[in-house]
Amino acid sequence: MKQAKSFWGFLILAVVFYAVIQALISFNILDQFYENALILMAINIILAVSLHIVIGITGQFSIGHAGFLAVGAYVSAIFTMKLQLPFPLAILAGGIMAALAGLLVGIPSLRLKGDYLAIATLGFGEIIRIVFLNIDYVGGAAGMQVSHMTTWTYAFVCLVITILVISNFTNSSHGRACIAIREDEIAADAMGINTTFYKVAAFAIGSFFAGVAGGLFSHNFYIIQPTNFGFLKSIDILIFVVLGGLGSLSGSVIAAILLTIISTFLQDYADTRMIMYSLVLILVMLYRPQGLMGTKEVTDYLGKWTGGKRGDSNGNQNIA
Amino acid sequence: MEWIQQLVNGISLGSIYALIALGYTMVYGIIKLINFAHGDVFMIGAFVGFYAIKGFGLGFFPALVLSMVVCAVLGVLIERIAYKRLRTATRIAALTTAIGVSLFIEYVTIYVRGAQPEAYPNVFPAKNFDFFGVSISSQSLFILAVSVSLMILLQFIVHRTKIGKAMRAVSHDMEAARLMGINVDHTISATFAIGSALAGAAGVIFGIYYIKIEPLMGVIPGLKAFVAAVLGGIGIIPGAMVGGLVLGVVETFVSAAGYSLWRDAAAFIILILILLFRPSGIFGKNMREKV
Repeated sequence: MKQAKSFWGFLILAVVFYAVIQALISFNILDQFYENALILMAINIILAVSLHIVIGITGQFSIGHAGFLAVGAYVSAIFTMKLQLPFPLAILAGGIMAALAGLLVGIPSLRLKGDYLAIATLGFGEIIRIVFLNIDYVGGAAGMQVSHMTTWTYAFVCLVITILVISNFTNSSHGRACIAIREDEIAADAMGINTTFYKVAAFAIGSFFAGVAGGLFSHNFYIIQPTNFGFLKSIDILIFVVLGGLGSLSGSVIAAILLTIISTFLQDYADTRMIMYSLVLILVMLYRPQGLMGTKEVTDYLGKWTGGKRGDSNGNQNIA
Repeated sequence: MEWIQQLVNGISLGSIYALIALGYTMVYGIIKLINFAHGDVFMIGAFVGFYAIKGFGLGFFPALVLSMVVCAVLGVLIERIAYKRLRTATRIAALTTAIGVSLFIEYVTIYVRGAQPEAYPNVFPAKNFDFFGVSISSQSLFILAVSVSLMILLQFIVHRTKIGKAMRAVSHDMEAARLMGINVDHTISATFAIGSALAGAAGVIFGIYYIKIEPLMGVIPGLKAFVAAVLGGIGIIPGAMVGGLVLGVVETFVSAAGYSLWRDAAAFIILILILLFRPSGIFGKNMREKV
């Protein structure tokens, strides 16, 4: 009952927010620059949330997320530019192909743990990039021309769907199973949770939404190149999740919003931006390793104010 | 005969990977941390060597020593400032910090001197030796000589000196080593110093062999050296040497077979195969997970 209430509440809030921004855009109060910034923000939030389900919820440290972004970007670009299919279909196809890539990567590598898993995902991310670099059909190193199709509407609809799916997944019994794996994999296994299944499932869902973000990403810039999807891009996404708090959906959303705003304003100072990024990363890890929000959600604080009690926020930080 | 020539090239490249991989493997062996910043220490080493040769007009060996010393100091500083507090932290926190330190070094270097590449000065006359129809450049031989002697020196330090004994003890069991009166902090710093010095030497050698150096040059060799360390069995010193050589040879053969664009992928495919089929590496022993 309570779940359903918050679901509709969120949906109404989202529609209102969308309508306000769309009105501002159509009355030209927000110009192209701001619209672009908002689209970029939506893409970054989708990416952050899609990695959050892998790292924050399931506790599997993946640093190759840009690879799935690349799959989504390229597949959707092929759908619209080469096959002349409609854009929504292209986004969906990008997501599905990325999810398949996620399965392909996840099934073998999720047997590994901790550092080894991180390195394996990094390796897969690089391999995906190198594969695109070597396919002449998509332009190789020179990249691929893509026309601009991403609008605020597309970005926002995808964003809302992503957040709804992932927050509902987290609160379902499947999500609980994933959290149990994060807290202690061996104990979860002993309790009868099929750990491999849930790890791969979370990985595939995360990859799906990274692919969706890729579709939006490629149609927001006029060209995509393999260099856009290197190790640094994966780190960019990782920073959202780590800074926001491992295990906090709203934390990663907030971090994605903050960092997108900062980097939009520091666009002309790319080097300074990276120095700041890295310093933030180091300082947060040294002094507040649980991130901005820890495992808490914004709604937990709301619940505190209204006297309600929600019991899903007491996870500790034992993500090995 | 061409294949033998490629083999020699591969071994030269592999010995550079091996030198970097040694630092990874030593650090991992002692504090179980993948030191992502190691590739950037390698980059700093290359630049120190470059400025020493070009700016101060030093010869090759003084430049090599200077670069090793600077890198050793840098490695100890990184450990003291960033990693020391993380000894009891979670894996994710440690790994993220290491990535942060790596980005920090890269972009501070770009901020200070710009992103433009430099061409390494030519310190050796390029001469080719002929052995039974196989032509081998003097540089390849020289790289091999320097790296092999550094590895022998490392073996000597690890197995014949007091600090080496302490390092082995700490990596075996940190708590027990501390109870035996070994200064764990000093030992860890010494490990970072030695590993980073080797990376610095690898940087200078890399510059001489490949001419072009730039601030982001450490990323890919760093990752590949890590692959080499995993290949040989992480934490095992001879493993890193063998892993580096194998990786270098495989890469060179992939390039020579006409797939030079796939060269980088080869390393990662090796990594994934080794992780799937023998995660403890060539020389590693299987460890059972205890609850």
